[in-house]
Amino acid sequence: MLQGWVIVFASFVYLGVLFAIAWYADRRADAGRSLISNPLVYALSLGVYCTTWTFYGSVGRAVASGIGYLPIYLGPTLLFALAGFVLVKMIRVAKANRITSIADFVASRYGKSQVLGGLVTVIAVVGVVPYIALQLKAVSNSFAILSSYPEIVMPAMSGTIPLFQDSALYVAMILAAFTILFGTRHLDATERHEGMVAAIAVESIVKLVAFLAAGIFVVWGVHEGIGDIFAQADAVPEIARRLTTADSPATYGTWGTLVFLSLFAALLLPRQFQIAVVENVDISHLSRAVWMFPLYLFLINLFVLPVALAGLLHFQGGGVDADTFVLTLPMAHQQEMLALFVFIGGLSAATGMVIVETIALSTMVCNDLVMPLLLRMPILGLATRSDLSGLLLAIRRWAIAIILGLGYLYFRMAGEAYALVSIGLISFAAVAQFAPVVIGGLFWKGGTRDGALAGLTAGFVLWTYTLLLPSFAKSGWMPAGFIEHGLFGIDLLRPQHLLGLTGLDEITHSLVWSLLANLGTYIGVSLLRAPNLREARQATLFVGGAEAAGIPGWRGSAGVADLLPLAGRFIGFERAQEAFARHAHERGLRGIEELPADTRLVNFAETLLAGAIGSASARVMVASVVTEEPLGIDEVMNILDEASQVRRYASEVEQKSAELTRATAELREANAQLRQLDRMKDDFISTVSHELRTPLTSIRAFSEMLQEDPKTDLAQRSRFLGIIVSESIRLTRLISQILDLAKLESGRAEWTVESVDVGEVLSDATESMAVLFTEKRVTLEIETCEPGLAVQADCDRLIQVMVNLLSNALKFAPAGSGHVKVGARGTANEVRVHVTDNGPGVPLADQELIFDKFRQGAGTADVLTDKPQGTGLGLPISRQIIEYFHGRLWVESSPAAGTSFVFTLPRLTGDNDASKNS
Amino acid sequence: MIRSRLKAQRLAFLFLMGCFFFNYPLLSVFNQGGVIYGLPPLYVWLMVSWLALIVQMAWVVERKGD
Repeated sequence: MLQGWVIVFASFVYLGVLFAIAWYADRRADAGRSLISNPLVYALSLGVYCTTWTFYGSVGRAVASGIGYLPIYLGPTLLFALAGFVLVKMIRVAKANRITSIADFVASRYGKSQVLGGLVTVIAVVGVVPYIALQLKAVSNSFAILSSYPEIVMPAMSGTIPLFQDSALYVAMILAAFTILFGTRHLDATERHEGMVAAIAVESIVKLVAFLAAGIFVVWGVHEGIGDIFAQADAVPEIARRLTTADSPATYGTWGTLVFLSLFAALLLPRQFQIAVVENVDISHLSRAVWMFPLYLFLINLFVLPVALAGLLHFQGGGVDADTFVLTLPMAHQQEMLALFVFIGGLSAATGMVIVETIALSTMVCNDLVMPLLLRMPILGLATRSDLSGLLLAIRRWAIAIILGLGYLYFRMAGEAYALVSIGLISFAAVAQFAPVVIGGLFWKGGTRDGALAGLTAGFVLWTYTLLLPSFAKSGWMPAGFIEHGLFGIDLLRPQHLLGLTGLDEITHSLVWSLLANLGTYIGVSLLRAPNLREARQATLFVGGAEAAGIPGWRGSAGVADLLPLAGRFIGFERAQEAFARHAHERGLRGIEELPADTRLVNFAETLLAGAIGSASARVMVASVVTEEPLGIDEVMNILDEASQVRRYASEVEQKSAELTRATAELREANAQLRQLDRMKDDFISTVSHELRTPLTSIRAFSEMLQEDPKTDLAQRSRFLGIIVSESIRLTRLISQILDLAKLESGRAEWTVESVDVGEVLSDATESMAVLFTEKRVTLEIETCEPGLAVQADCDRLIQVMVNLLSNALKFAPAGSGHVKVGARGTANEVRVHVTDNGPGVPLADQELIFDKFRQGAGTADVLTDKPQGTGLGLPISRQIIEYFHGRLWVESSPAAGTSFVFTLPRLTGDNDASKNS
Repeated sequence: MIRSRLKAQRLAFLFLMGCFFFNYPLLSVFNQGGVIYGLPPLYVWLMVSWLALIVQMAWVVERKGD
């Protein structure tokens, strides 16, 4: 019934349907109506984690170690509980930088290092090859078993059958062809493959339903529920011991190791990174996957233990490989269609894994290994070839074929020595080596390229020595002696008991040593030096979030003319043009030709290229057209210098601002002074005008009276004329005094400074005033006058002061009984002159006021009603003159005791020259 | 969305709970003979606590508000 051709036909129909789904999804994506842009598809596509390891191997593992198959699925559950901290960050970083693979991620994080990308690629390929071998083994075995239906015959050891009769070879070839058709039909401008994701989501459904169908059949078709299976198993002591883990600390250690190993694997396996990070359409889809993906894992594991126990019960006595129970149990109960469906489920688990894994690996091989090498070979002239997209596709196709070839090779050499799960765990341990550089790179800014290289190398070498080489040795491909006795017979170097470490299973043992060395060297070497500028920039982009936005990636520039052809060579000219046009549109420009040759354009082109050829290669290619000055030590110093200049400038600004505040305060004060002076000037002018008008008014009044009445008698007339004359004199005096004062105040007065004898001044002044005194019958006497008192001054001005003071005294001295005394005395440094009258005196409050302009003592009647006897300018002028000669003028007075005006001047002695103001 | 700080922390708390549920020493408590509803206690414990963890994770991310 189930001949080989039926199985082959069913398989090809299934693959054809998958291909149709992928094709349809790609078409929908091109039309802009994405089929996969929803959280359910994202969660289902993550189910690619479950391969034939899960589908066939879990049951085998359960037979070997009871519940021990489970930690592989608890780890990913825990990973998704950490999604908010790890996955969200990874996806966001990957999207911003157009990351194409995990190798690209690591290379980009540590300064876009091509060497690092290459190393990660090598580790990933070597590490994942056993895992691919596992899929080939599972598919070819299940095909062989199913095709011998209704007999249940275990397939022969693969190493013993001739190469071209080995179904695994054909499986490998068909898978390679299918993957090439699937993943490399055209080179996308983006790093995403929508069709593939849609097909993977469908495959996840198929394998889940197939496994659940088998489980339900076994539990309720063959037995009477789960309780029945466990009860029956409990009755057989040999089976019963599988129901619990062996009670030893080592088993718990292995358990814990597997939980965390699978946690890392679910993130770091190339296909998991591809699906979870690179193919993520929208970061919000992650939130539903947080519970849907673990739920998927839960469902696919629900019947593992019951099926394992049922298989043990049914095939007591052995002869049937526990890894095949899912398939052989339906066969043993003549359920051929169910068996075929289970086979298809296993096929979908295998194809899903192989497709995504090899596409991810081929992208890494192409972008991070082959292209950087080819681009460095000037002999090939690749840097100048106009269209490289064909070359890129060819490299990827060859990479897929070669990776599957390696998988087949491993299967032929080592595949039979291990159960499915043990092979897969070797791969898990390999990709766990990425954990320090990836997780560390996301949260620690100090990691450097050197540290990452050293850590990965150390971990990879130890993994190879403690896990990969023993797997070769166990299958007889290498001499097994070095496992027993250590390399060169050194006991401490036994690969599975390194440095004599015992008590751990081989996976835990390998992980302890490799991760310890990996983490230690990664951190230790990173700390040897500070990250350089490029590493620091990438670290900020990966670790920090917001502050990274302002960091320019390039300090050079290139125009559209250079960048568009460059991008076109890798992703096709039309796609490149579309992308550039979109970029121009985003920047609010009308077209490509308006794009300025700036840093932003270069960054855009680099990111665009990174999507096709990886960040490290993209950087090299863009660098070939961008004229960028290298980041030398001078450059760094410049940047530092700029920073300190900014700081200096800031402090200068602060200082300036303080100065400004001070200056403002001074200005305000000066302004207030000016305003006061202005007011004083206004006051002065109005006073002067008033003073001038008073005599003018009376002159005019008397003149008009004389003019209008020619018959005025003579006595009257001469009295009027007398008033007019005296008022004119007063006016003249007033004007000359105002002029005088103005001259003095503006400093334009003319001085004739000479040595003046004070006694002469006194006698000259009193003589000129004598007549006036006599008229008013006031006595005037020179009281004391020491001879030879000399001062440095202007003689006429000094006489003016004396006349002023004398006329002032005369004004207040009572007529008849008044007397005025004048005197001069000398001290060592100065000459003191006083003019004293016996008038009413000056009240203390007025003693300073009288030196103000136009202020007259209270004793002189009201200015408005009575004619003032002076101008009110005499004292201010006198004080100005005395102060000019460095002297002082003041009044000493008490009411009813007369008034004494006193001034002092520096005394001029023979050796003391006070003429410095001349 | 789990970009919310509070949700991320709740999930991280569930991570810690899971680490505790799925490891020694709690496992050894259930790692013994006897049956619960005809099933071995370790199997029941792991499946139940696993499902409970998934339900709580779903509750955290799907909850509206905050």
